Amino acid sequence: MAGGAVSASQAGAPATRDPAAKKPRITERAKAERRLAYLLCAPAVLAMLLVTGYPVGYAIYLSLQRFDLRFPDDKEFVGLDNYVNVLTSTTWWSDFLSTAIITVASVSIELVLGMALALVMHRAIFGRGAVRASVLIPYGIVTVVAAFAWRFAFDPSTGFVAGLPLIADDAAPLTDTFGSYVVIIMTEVWKTTPFMALLLLAGLALVPDELHEAAKVDGASAVQRFFRITLPLMKPAILVALLFRTLDAFRVFDSVFILTAGANNTETVSILGFNQLINRLNLGIGSAVSVLIFLCVIIIAVAFVKGLGANTDTARGT
Amino acid sequence: MRSTTGRERLLWSIGLLVVLLYALIPVVWIISLSLKETADIADGNFLPTGGVSFDNYTSLFESGEFLDPLRNSIIAAAVATFLSILLAAMAAYAISRLNFPGKTLILSAALALAIFPPISVVGSLFDLWREIGLFDTLIGLIIPYMTFALPLAIYTLSAFFREIPWELEQAAQVDGATPFQAFRKIIVPLAAPGVFTAAILVFIFAWNDFLFAITLTSTDASRTVPAALAFFTGSSQFADPTGSIAAAAVVVTIPIIIMVLIFQRRIVAGLTAGAVKG
Repeated sequence: MAGGAVSASQAGAPATRDPAAKKPRITERAKAERRLAYLLCAPAVLAMLLVTGYPVGYAIYLSLQRFDLRFPDDKEFVGLDNYVNVLTSTTWWSDFLSTAIITVASVSIELVLGMALALVMHRAIFGRGAVRASVLIPYGIVTVVAAFAWRFAFDPSTGFVAGLPLIADDAAPLTDTFGSYVVIIMTEVWKTTPFMALLLLAGLALVPDELHEAAKVDGASAVQRFFRITLPLMKPAILVALLFRTLDAFRVFDSVFILTAGANNTETVSILGFNQLINRLNLGIGSAVSVLIFLCVIIIAVAFVKGLGANTDTARGT
Repeated sequence: MRSTTGRERLLWSIGLLVVLLYALIPVVWIISLSLKETADIADGNFLPTGGVSFDNYTSLFESGEFLDPLRNSIIAAAVATFLSILLAAMAAYAISRLNFPGKTLILSAALALAIFPPISVVGSLFDLWREIGLFDTLIGLIIPYMTFALPLAIYTLSAFFREIPWELEQAAQVDGATPFQAFRKIIVPLAAPGVFTAAILVFIFAWNDFLFAITLTSTDASRTVPAALAFFTGSSQFADPTGSIAAAAVVVTIPIIIMVLIFQRRIVAGLTAGAVKG
């Protein structure tokens, strides 16, 4: 140990006023520990910066250019023209609306179903393992596969759905707008409810049983106990689950691509970005869409954290 | 366990049944579709009542349009998992054991990446990969998979590492073990379950990807199964690809389902690790 060194716990103390009394404010051991820590974290941090930070910067740069890969020689700085183009187009706004519809509908249904599922798992009398195993199946299945399963099921030529009682034999939901939304939302809900349920189950485990017992003694009904005890105590867990699922649902791509490819007014903002970037090779407009989606995600996250008080620090257990 | 009435047991059984049906219907449906004879694909029955056949599977593996993507999927997911876990384990060790400023910054960066929309970088990566020759290569896929899996891996691993009784390492050294022996005999066995869990989660994540797979690849040289499924044409020009798609879907689904069922406890622990604390 370096003699006379200030203890590491004082590292955050205000700087010494007297420059003559300059002493190492942290011990050699603490310094070595920091060096090792930075060394260990460097590869992961570098990877994250290089593969997301840099491309986002590049996307912002591209979004300010007229840049169509089919006419690469016409590349030219155009300022905010691409953003003006996108934001004044009806396509962006109708795609934004369909993304919002899919997001809000699927996340709300997931919250209710996920809560029911979490309560079922929490109060398991027997077969807890079977329930847990079966809710993990949708989580493990490739989204594209799930989307194909539902597409074939609802397609009147291959599917069994049209043959079910109470459903018209020629029902072809994926050919009309309403039906397409129903199937897309269903696919999303099916795939991601388990994740929601597991997050909620973990929150449910934190609600002390004694509170329920006490409320029971005082004559509170099960419904009252759920709304007055369980829900308020689970608020942090619910908000985090909602935040993550909302941001995830907002970038919905796979299931829409397979089910409708954006037909019947179901095009989402991610599909729009993909079409501009990869199908039309218009990197300028496409990048503007990408940057706008990125901004939307930031706005949603900030709204959750500031507006609803979702606390990701305590929630993700730092 | 508290005593239960017959009514409670009945309600619970119904709940259990509903959950099982919910999870299994699409899976049973796609398996059943894949086992139908070509003539029965369009019969609209839920089960292959017209007879079970493996024709879809044999033609799938003979056509060759599936084997390359399957190989690509396995390599891309496995390599990305290995790299991601390696980088994340180093970072998670530092985060859970060492004292250094900037710890929260790294966790916030990981959190930011977890909610990051991949569509915002695919255009840039598409252009960059074309410039530097990574377009339509497996490395070009492995790099984004590895990176986008890092938040999941870092959070899961730091949560697991925090639970490890690290004092045992010193105790072993006091008892005469070398630092390496202490690490290999004490720490590795204790950390292995957490690392394994994180690896499963990362593998499922990479296996599931569709967006990068259709934007950064263009041929079967690097196309993975989800992307290949979207471009499936069937074994011949006139064949309806439904049967082939169903069979391919089953092939990529069954291993994951088996893995999920075997390691369900760990996966649940991993998914909720540190997710809700206080």
